[in-house]
Amino acid sequence: MNKIVERLQNGIIKENPTFVLMLGMCPTLAVTTSAMNGLGMGLSTTVVLVMSNLLISLLRNIIPDRVRVPAFIVIVASFVTIVQFLVQGFIPSLYASLGIYIPLIVVNCIILGRAESYASKNPVVPSIFDGLGMGLGFTLGLTLIGIVREILGAGQIFGAQVLPLADAGKAGYTPITIFVLAPGAFFVLAALVALMNVIRAKADAKGKTIAPATGCFAGDCESCSMGSCSGKSSVKADSVAKEEE
Amino acid sequence: MKELILILVASAIVNNVVLSQFLGLCPFLGVSKKVETAAGMGGAVIFVLTISCFVTSVIYKLILAPTGFAYLQTIVFILVIAALVQFVEMFLKKQMPALYQSLGVYLPLITTNCAVLGIALKNISNNYNIIQSVVNGLGTAIGFTIAIVIMAGIREKIEFNDIPKPFRGSAIVLVTAGLMAMAFFGFSGVI
Repeated sequence: MNKIVERLQNGIIKENPTFVLMLGMCPTLAVTTSAMNGLGMGLSTTVVLVMSNLLISLLRNIIPDRVRVPAFIVIVASFVTIVQFLVQGFIPSLYASLGIYIPLIVVNCIILGRAESYASKNPVVPSIFDGLGMGLGFTLGLTLIGIVREILGAGQIFGAQVLPLADAGKAGYTPITIFVLAPGAFFVLAALVALMNVIRAKADAKGKTIAPATGCFAGDCESCSMGSCSGKSSVKADSVAKEEE
Repeated sequence: MKELILILVASAIVNNVVLSQFLGLCPFLGVSKKVETAAGMGGAVIFVLTISCFVTSVIYKLILAPTGFAYLQTIVFILVIAALVQFVEMFLKKQMPALYQSLGVYLPLITTNCAVLGIALKNISNNYNIIQSVVNGLGTAIGFTIAIVIMAGIREKIEFNDIPKPFRGSAIVLVTAGLMAMAFFGFSGVI
C-alpha cells in the first residue's frame, strides 16, 4: 500500500514529467491551446502509460534483453492504436482537435522512459501505479498550461468565459490571441522553465534537491531517443556533444 | 506541378514543422548551439525524411491500404522508420564514407524524432499520393533546416549577452523560438 502511494506521489509531484523532468514537450507545446485539449491528451497518455507499464511488467522476464526496445515500441504502439480508435469513436470532437498528436503518443519519451527505467525492472502492481502517477502528473501539467494559455488567449477556462470581454463602450478583457497560437506555447513554456530555475535555485539554497530535468531541455537528446538503448548510438551522441563543446 | 510547388512552400515555410507544428523540438533545442552542427543535423533530416516519406507512403499505398490493414499504420511506420534509419546508416558507412563522416553522428538522433513519424502520418491523413508525400517530406525537412540554422545563428550571438539568470539555458532559447514563430506567422497569408 505504501509503495502505491509512494509511486503516485512520485509521478504527480516529486518527478512530475512536465514541471520537474521536462519530458514529452512536443505534445505539451502542441495541444495545450485549451485546458480541455490538455486534459484529453493527458488522459489518453495516462491510459497508454498504465496499459503499457502493465504489459511490459508482466512480460519483463520473457522479453529478451537485446530486443527489448523494439518489443516495448510494438506494445506501446498497439495501445496507442487502441486509444486512438476509442477517442475517435467516443469523443470525435477531441479527436478532431488533437489530430496526429494522438498517434504521436508512441514517440512520447515519458512512455518508453518509464518502460525502460521502471516497468521492465519491477513487479506488476507498482508498475501500474507508477504509470498512473506519471500519467496523472502529465495530465496535471498539460491542464495547468492549457488553463494559463486559455485565460490569457481567450479569457476562458474549459470553454467558459471567466474574464468578461471588452465590447464596444464596455470595459473588459482584451484577449492576447497570440497565447493560443503557436508562438504563445513557446513563451508560456519559457516562463515555466525560468520559474522552475528559480524554484530549483531556492531549493538548492535550502539544501533540498529536486530531480534534475532530463530530455531535450537539458540538452540530453539521448534520454528520449530509443536509440539510447543500444550502446552504439550513445557513444555517437557523446561525440556529437563533444563536437558541440 | 503547381500543386507540388504549393506543397513544398507550404510545408517548408508556412506550416514550419518546428515553429508551428512543434515536431522535432528535441534536435531543434539540443543540436542548435553551432551553425555547422545545426546544418549537419538539417542535412541528415533532409536525407532521412525524404526517404522515409517515400518508403512509408509506398508501404501504405501498396500494402496496408489494399489489404485492409490501414489501422496498423502507427505500428508499421514506427518499426519501418527505426529499421530504415539503421539501414541508411549502414549503407552510408559502406558506400559513401565521406557523406557518412558528415551526417553519420546525427542519424541515430533522428530515429525517434517525432517529425519523421508525424509527417508520415500527415501524408496519410492529407491523402497525398507517393510523389506528393515525397515532396511534402522534402519541404518539411527544408523547413526544419531553415529553422534550426537560424536558431543556431541567433544562439551563437546570444552567448555574448547578459541574460537574466533564471532565463539562462533553455528558457531564452524558447523565447527566441517564440519570436521566430511570430516571424514565421507572417508567412501564413502566402498560400
